Amino acid sequence: MKKVLPVLVLAAIGMLLVLTVAEMPTFGDGQAPAHRGVMDKYLRDSAQDTGAINTIAAIILDYRAYDTLGEATVLFVAVLAVSAALYQGEHHA
Amino acid sequence: MWLFWQFRRLCTKVNTMHDMVLEVVNRLLLPFIQLFGMYILFHGHLSPGGGFSGGAVIGASLILYSLTFRFARVKHRLDHDTSVFFEAAGALIYVAIGFVGLFFGYNFLTNRGVFPLGVPGQLWSSGMILIITLALGAKVSGTILSLFQELLEGGSDEHGNP
Amino acid sequence: MSMEILERLYGNIYYLTSVILFVIGFHTMLTHRNLIKKLMALNIMDTAIFLFFVAIGYRQGGQAPILLPGVTSFVNPVPSALILTGIVISVSFTAFALALVVLLYKHYGTLDSDEIIAIRGKKHV
Repeated sequence: MKKVLPVLVLAAIGMLLVLTVAEMPTFGDGQAPAHRGVMDKYLRDSAQDTGAINTIAAIILDYRAYDTLGEATVLFVAVLAVSAALYQGEHHA
Repeated sequence: MWLFWQFRRLCTKVNTMHDMVLEVVNRLLLPFIQLFGMYILFHGHLSPGGGFSGGAVIGASLILYSLTFRFARVKHRLDHDTSVFFEAAGALIYVAIGFVGLFFGYNFLTNRGVFPLGVPGQLWSSGMILIITLALGAKVSGTILSLFQELLEGGSDEHGNP
Repeated sequence: MSMEILERLYGNIYYLTSVILFVIGFHTMLTHRNLIKKLMALNIMDTAIFLFFVAIGYRQGGQAPILLPGVTSFVNPVPSALILTGIVISVSFTAFALALVVLLYKHYGTLDSDEIIAIRGKKHV
């Protein structure tokens, strides 16, 4: 029972996900809804706006630079948390 | 008895981890790994790459260095304070670059109008992005190295054994 | 009807792969008791999400979004830029979870989650 139950649950979840995949737009479709957003604006204007020809660098370091600052903060907090969790005190070091 | 002492000598030799092959190969390999990381950093706005991936490559090379030359030279050349210093310096440079835009009357972290953009496609172009990429590289490599060092030190017991 | 579904699944083979990876990670998460293995499973599920998200951004015949002269068709740069954040978060929580696993091992002397629950239950009774 303990071995069968996870398999059954996962079969249900996997079936749901596979049927969802079958309903998604075809892989590589240029007319998919994911490509109708801000992509054209980024690809058209990024070299002029930021001077970088790598559009991804232009997005993460110029248009969304504040977001990347938050990302750096997350890394900093991770180091802080690991340090706080594993701190052993001065006399053990 | 003699065999026992020989065996014991071999064991202590293994314990101190002075592997000739590992050291020589790493001494040959490390400059190229770090040069590749620097290439990824400096060409972050021209080719695939950027601050995070370049910093990860450099941090991995530093981890390799401190794993190979275990505690002999690493302790005083690459200790915990150095990695934390690089990490904090990267974050501080990032925030300082953001305040430069504020100083000139634009928003926080403004690129266009504050920094010279240059010709797109050349190495010295894109103003703020290149500086931020270098700062992020320093920060990410310091973060990876200090996470490794903290897990290494925190995982050992009071006598320093893993 | 079912042939049509199979054809669509074959066209979306990258999405299907990410679903399979996700289910593998979930299965490991549910059935294994070692905490390190659970953490690995969490990372596999992360990778599945990254693959799914990046595969959304592909366009037929598109090149990498680097504006070199002579290239006219690009893939969508927005999912790739968003996934960078996800990778950083994944690294951060993996490091923190490893630190917590180290603490748990020091305190309980085992990595088995069931044994840890049993030890805790004994202590409270």
